[in-house]
Amino acid sequence: MAIKDFPIEEYVLPGSAACPGCPATIALRIVLKALGKKTVMIVPACCTAVIESLYPHTSFNIPVMNIAFEAAAAGAAGVEAALRKLGKNDVTVLAWAGDGGTYDIGLQALSGALERETNFIYICYNNQIYSNTGIQRSGATPYAAWTTTTVGGKKEFRKEMGDIIRAHHIPYSAQTCISYPDDLYNKVKKAKEIEGPKYIEILTPCPPGWRFSMEKTVEMGRLAVETGVWALYECKNDVVTFNGKSRLILENKIKRVPIEEWMRPQGRFKHLFVPKKDVKRIKALEEHIEKIWERYRKYYI
Amino acid sequence: MGKTGSWRVFRPVVDRLKCVKCLRCWVFCPEGVVRREEDGTVSIDYEYCKGCGICAAECKVKAITLVREEGDGGK
Ligand SMILES: Cc1ncc(C[n+]2csc(CCOP(=O)(O)OP(=O)(O)O)c2C)c(N)n1
Ligand code: SF4
Ligand code: SF4
Ligand code: SF4
Repeated sequence: MAIKDFPIEEYVLPGSAACPGCPATIALRIVLKALGKKTVMIVPACCTAVIESLYPHTSFNIPVMNIAFEAAAAGAAGVEAALRKLGKNDVTVLAWAGDGGTYDIGLQALSGALERETNFIYICYNNQIYSNTGIQRSGATPYAAWTTTTVGGKKEFRKEMGDIIRAHHIPYSAQTCISYPDDLYNKVKKAKEIEGPKYIEILTPCPPGWRFSMEKTVEMGRLAVETGVWALYECKNDVVTFNGKSRLILENKIKRVPIEEWMRPQGRFKHLFVPKKDVKRIKALEEHIEKIWERYRKYYI
Repeated sequence: MGKTGSWRVFRPVVDRLKCVKCLRCWVFCPEGVVRREEDGTVSIDYEYCKGCGICAAECKVKAITLVREEGDGGK
């Protein structure tokens, strides 16, 4: 759908505690436009719980249930069961969690809900860190990135959540990014119409966490896709389709932009460029990304 | 949080004559404070705009400029 046709209703209200330039609120605005008013959101501990504000105030114009860090999917499964018992079949249950709450601590609850075929949408907004508690590393943090718990740069490569999700063979899963609002909107809309468990992950570049200046949020997402650090794709009934620029990269119709272009504006990679360029680690990350694409090409062309 | 307009260091100012009504600023504004006007152009709610500058960065025709705030922001 074209941007101008997105619903005008706002479900994220202004005046929240989100940092200026916050990608989580950009994502949530678009997601809730796609889902509409009849949505219940389950939010574990993460930035969104802070953005939401403290009772009796709220930044969200829909009902929200807050729950423990590890329990977003379990909470959503409970809400879904209750709504079903009440015969309220027209309400969308949305679990909305960060990458810490998804890749790491919430993985067991998520896997369980997917396996039990819970009828809900799980969205992970992936800012590649535990940002709410002050920028600690997560399973989604890329190799070599600085966080407060990986001071010299992370030693491990990021986990591939998409692969883990697809191993559950759910009816719909997708990866998208805030910088492509139509892609994001359409994927959420599609998920809404499908019965059973749906998983969508949104790359959300976070200015204080990635250490870039706040007007660059959208640009950093765009560069993540153009460099191939992030891929836009969807998987419907086990058939994977790449979207937009990611499709062109997959089919070798365009070349990935060198990852340096994405890394340079981010202070969390500064130690790879100053005082002198760490060619070895930049190359290691580039090769890791290339290996991911080789795998994509092998399986999904 | 309340009136987050007071956070602003730079104020985004829209030149509605330059605006081509693409709504990129509207869709990307993290605060949802870009208003859609009847003529298809946009204006900004300065009571809440945090001054992040995403609207100006994403406007392809440079219809939004950032101007340093004087005083304590807000209205
Ligand atoms: C069991 C438990 N451990 C730790 C915390 C502290 N805590 C709250 S939010 C958070 C990080 C959340 O990270 P993420 O899920 O990535 O969301 P983000 O903050 O990035 O939005 C942590 C560690 C907690 N609330 N509960
Ligand atoms: S730390 Fe990042 S995700 Fe969290 S509120 Fe700030 S900008 Fe948003
Ligand atoms: S991004 Fe620029 S051209 Fe597009 S609607 Fe906003 S001000 Fe107008
Ligand atoms: S400066 Fe930021 S908060 Fe203000 S209108 Fe532009 S995008 Fe929205």
